[in-house]
Amino acid sequence: MMPRARRLVVALCLGVAALSTQAREAAPLAEDPVVEKRLLAITAELRCLVCQNQTIADSNADLANDFRREIRKLIAEGKSDQEILDFMVARYGDFVRYRPPVKGTTILLWAGPGVLLLIGLGVLIRYLRRRNDAIPDGALTPEELAAAEALLASRNDSRQDANPQ
Amino acid sequence: MNRFLWPLVGFAALVVLLAVGLGLNPRDVPSPLVGKPAPAFSLPVLGADRQFGPADMKGKVWLLNVWASWCVSCRQEHPILVELGRKNVVPVIGLNYKEVRGDGETDMAKTDAATEDRLARRKAAGWLQQHGDPYTLSVLDLDGRVGIDYGVYGVPETYLIDKAGVIRMKHTGPVTPDDLTKKILPLVAELNK
Repeated sequence: MMPRARRLVVALCLGVAALSTQAREAAPLAEDPVVEKRLLAITAELRCLVCQNQTIADSNADLANDFRREIRKLIAEGKSDQEILDFMVARYGDFVRYRPPVKGTTILLWAGPGVLLLIGLGVLIRYLRRRNDAIPDGALTPEELAAAEALLASRNDSRQDANPQ
Repeated sequence: MNRFLWPLVGFAALVVLLAVGLGLNPRDVPSPLVGKPAPAFSLPVLGADRQFGPADMKGKVWLLNVWASWCVSCRQEHPILVELGRKNVVPVIGLNYKEVRGDGETDMAKTDAATEDRLARRKAAGWLQQHGDPYTLSVLDLDGRVGIDYGVYGVPETYLIDKAGVIRMKHTGPVTPDDLTKKILPLVAELNK
C-alpha cells in the first residue's frame, strides 16, 4: 500500500506544479490585441541584446520584457513603428535591428555574400575555360593519322596471328 | 606551383579572418551614444532623500558605473573601482540598475512601489557596506527605464562623461586594471586639460 500512496502524492505535487507554471505564463495576454499585434511585429525586427541570436519577440529575457513594456508605452503614446525603431536604434545602435540599414559600416554585411559568389563564379569559369583549352581539338595532323593507321594495321595482323584459320 | 599556392593563400586568408573574429568580443556592441549628450534623468539617491541628475555634474569629468548587488561580474570589477575611488582622480557615480527586479527572486506582482524602494535601498546599501563603496553617490533605477535610455543591456557598464555632459566612452562588462590604466584614465586626463 505504501508505494502506491507515495506515488499518488508525487503525482499530485507534479500536477500542482504544472498548474502553477501555466498560470504564470498566461498573465501577459490580458492586453489590447491591436497593441499586442503591433508589438509583436516590431519586436520581431529587434534583436535581444542579452541572447543576441533571438528576437525580442522570441526572448523571455528580463531585458526583452523591459523592451516590450517600453514599446507598449510608446505605442500608447501614438508613436509610429518607424519612430519606435528609431528610439531603439538611438540607444542600442544598428545591432539591435535584425535588418540593419545599408550604409558605410554595414555595406560588407549586405554586399559580402554577393561579392563572394561573384568571385567564386569567376574562379569557376576561369578554371573550366582553362581545362577546356588543355583538351586538344579532334583534328589530327597527317603524321598522327599515318601513325594511327600503322598501329591499327599491326593490330589486325596480330589478331590474325592469334586465330589462324 | 601555382596550383597549390592559391588554395594555400585562400586558406591562410580564411584563418586570419576567423582568428580576428574569435578575438572579438561579441558583447562589445558599439554604442551610438558615444559623442552624444548623456541622457537626462532624475533619480533618487541611495542613502539620502534627494534626487540626482547628470546636470548636477556639469563642468566635471565623471564616470557613470552601472551596478547591482545581484550582478556577479560587478563583484569582479568592484575592488578596482574601490581602489580608483581611494585615489580620488575621477568622481564615480553609481547607477544602481533594477536592484530588486533584476535578480528575479522577488515576486513583483506582490511588491508595491514603496516596498520595492525600501527593499532596493536595503539590499544596495548592504552590498556596498560589505564590498566597499567607491561611489560619490549612487542613484536607484528601480525599473531600468534610465538603463534603456543609456543603452544598458548587461551589467556592469561604465560611461565616461565630459565637462559638457557628452558621453565620450562606453565600456561594457567588468573594468579590468588594464582598461583603467590604458583606456579610461588617459582619456580622463585628456578631458580634464
